[in-house]
Amino acid sequence: MSEDLSTFRAEVRDWLAENCPEEMRSPLRSEKEACWGGRNFTFQSEAQRLWLERMGKKGWTAPAWPEEYGGGGLNREQVKVLKQEMTRINARGALYSFGISMLGPALLKYGNEEQKHKFLPSIVRGEIRWCQGYSEPNAGSDLANLQAPAVDMGDHYILNGSKIWTSYGDYGDWMFCLVRTDPQATKHQGISFMLFDMQTPGITVKPILLISGRSPFCEVFFEDVKIPKDQQVGELNKGWSIAKYLLTHEREMISWSGLSTSGTKSIGEIAMETIGGSDGTLDDAFMRADIAKFELDEMAFALTIERARDEVKAGVSLGAVSSWYKYFGTELNKQRYNLLMDINGNEALAWTGEASGDGKLARDWLRTKGNSIEGGTSEIQLNIVAKHILGLPG
Amino acid sequence: MALVLTEEQTMLRDAARDFLNARAPLSHLRQLRDEGVAEGFSRELWAEMVEMGWAAIIIPETFGGLDYGYTGLGLVLEETGRTLTPSPLLSTAMLGASALMLSDNEVACAEWLPQIAAGKKLLAVAFEESDQHRPATVNCSAEPRPSGFTLNGNKTAVIDGHVADAFIVSARTRRGENLSEGVSLFLVPGDSPGLSMTNTELLDNHQSCEIHLDRVSVDRIQLLGPLHGGCPILQKVLDRGRIGMAAEMLGIAQETFERTMQYLKERKQFGVPIGVFQALQHRAAILFGEIELCKSAILKALQAVDEDSDEVPILASLAKAKCGQTAGLATAEGIQMHGGIGMTDEFDIGFFIKRWRSLNQQLGDSRYHLDRFATLKGY
Repeated sequence: MSEDLSTFRAEVRDWLAENCPEEMRSPLRSEKEACWGGRNFTFQSEAQRLWLERMGKKGWTAPAWPEEYGGGGLNREQVKVLKQEMTRINARGALYSFGISMLGPALLKYGNEEQKHKFLPSIVRGEIRWCQGYSEPNAGSDLANLQAPAVDMGDHYILNGSKIWTSYGDYGDWMFCLVRTDPQATKHQGISFMLFDMQTPGITVKPILLISGRSPFCEVFFEDVKIPKDQQVGELNKGWSIAKYLLTHEREMISWSGLSTSGTKSIGEIAMETIGGSDGTLDDAFMRADIAKFELDEMAFALTIERARDEVKAGVSLGAVSSWYKYFGTELNKQRYNLLMDINGNEALAWTGEASGDGKLARDWLRTKGNSIEGGTSEIQLNIVAKHILGLPG
Repeated sequence: MALVLTEEQTMLRDAARDFLNARAPLSHLRQLRDEGVAEGFSRELWAEMVEMGWAAIIIPETFGGLDYGYTGLGLVLEETGRTLTPSPLLSTAMLGASALMLSDNEVACAEWLPQIAAGKKLLAVAFEESDQHRPATVNCSAEPRPSGFTLNGNKTAVIDGHVADAFIVSARTRRGENLSEGVSLFLVPGDSPGLSMTNTELLDNHQSCEIHLDRVSVDRIQLLGPLHGGCPILQKVLDRGRIGMAAEMLGIAQETFERTMQYLKERKQFGVPIGVFQALQHRAAILFGEIELCKSAILKALQAVDEDSDEVPILASLAKAKCGQTAGLATAEGIQMHGGIGMTDEFDIGFFIKRWRSLNQQLGDSRYHLDRFATLKGY
């Protein structure tokens, strides 16, 4: 086994050496440099296009998915080796994709064969970019209260209503969406999970301007949108189970944001370079204490994620604990940006201009305020921990 | 190494839990206190713990030990935190045995380690000279004399000093600019002429003492580790003790938390279990997470000691600071959420906060270790 693995490692190394373009061997400098793929994506460079094409063809954008759906068909150990080898040469992710991180796992579990064959390969190759239609104006924390009605018309459904907080809805080619198919049932029943092309007539998308000055979220309006029946996933009226399963994946993904990525500097290092120190001690005792508290939690959290991964390998399931990861990871990320703003002083206040990258830090800081709201607020995550892990009543 | 317990380690922990629940639940500590047992722990119970092999867990087989590693001892300490079982595990099986093993003094190891493993001898580490944790501030002196040294000075906050058959004492053998240089460690038998002590009973019913060294003679062979080079060894010993104490605090945090969650489900006010109230639910959920962080920090730190990793100092400070904060929160919330009965002596929850207070302050409190963590991180 370990011999097979080292052979595999050598193969990966050779393949990466040959196929990963030089320009793709450095960490992303900003979110803007990420490759999201999709029908309307404009590649920033030929290298970026090639990297996606090669990785997609190999199935390594979704290395653990079965080969028959375009995935890499790798086992857990091999996936780890691939990640290690990519990290070793600083290779960027070839594709950032809600299709891979969210829809894919749900389709693999709940989709029928036809749906898996139809949708998964184009996700792997980055040809179709997906967006998520979950929240509605009156269904935020109380997500199961969603109302957008999809009415059965025999061979198709007709969808009306609207969605809000749809991440990158303005770039999405297709949407996976929670709709109400039985208005009489109790709120967790009567929800179904559907997929549709965003170019279907009757769909309007409107970006929402945030305090960061950016618009990562959209409102999406539906007016008599026709959805063929074979685009409904899983059992009719049982979409809430898929929604919950998918939310678990989303939370885990968001919680990783609480960890500083390898290669970036620690907050303490940045503070020493920016503020300065004497005898190796930061020249701001209160700042130093705040940073130490933060880094202590950051290190303990990284170890906890390491432990969780090892436990999963040993056969323990994560389940509701993902809510706590989401809670803690996002709270840590907010703290990180608060500290970065403090450390950079007046310079951190810049909003425009080349020197500040059009106020990148200030905007990123404001953006983190959404981390503990999107994907379920911190308060909702704590509710889940209290009820589903601690077994508290109510 | 994967951050999960091996099957063997899980068995050891379960055996420890079963033994302690059967033989030394919290009522054992209450009884010792109420009966005013002077030593603060039961010699009979200690003999049974020795029988279980606990005094020998980290000691190499060549010296009559089990060579089972610090992770094993940490798990047992965590369990004693759940039952608050007083014993010389920390002072002797963890700190004392570690000091001897790290000293590389073969003669002292051969004489003392087998006796520790067999439960025949108890040790205490005496390094503190002020009420604050300042292990490098050593005024106690060791003057050379033919074939040995003469020790003078005072030590305070010596854990289990009242029953120690020997002390490991830090003393200054050379004065220099750097505090941590010129300190040496000595093994001083408890019956040495010139050694006297004053005992103090602490809030957690444990004992601590001051020892006074008045022209105490030690032979050269009782020098542990290199002359003038005692501080690095002492730091290593203390790091092991800090991790052990943190493990005990993790046990305290978990036990208090579980008892409190049970209470939130049982106690009714306004016609409902108080656990339905979100004000309590969110605090409980936050505490749950803090305890998860502690579990990871402890396991990583124990494994690092077993691997003799360079990361031990930073992980020791991480574990001590984090578990100190969390057990402090868990015990305070434990009392608050229990309401009126939480503050009574009759109810058990108060015992946990007392023990936490001792453990948090000994070998450096959370703030000390945050400061050390920052220093080790380079700011």
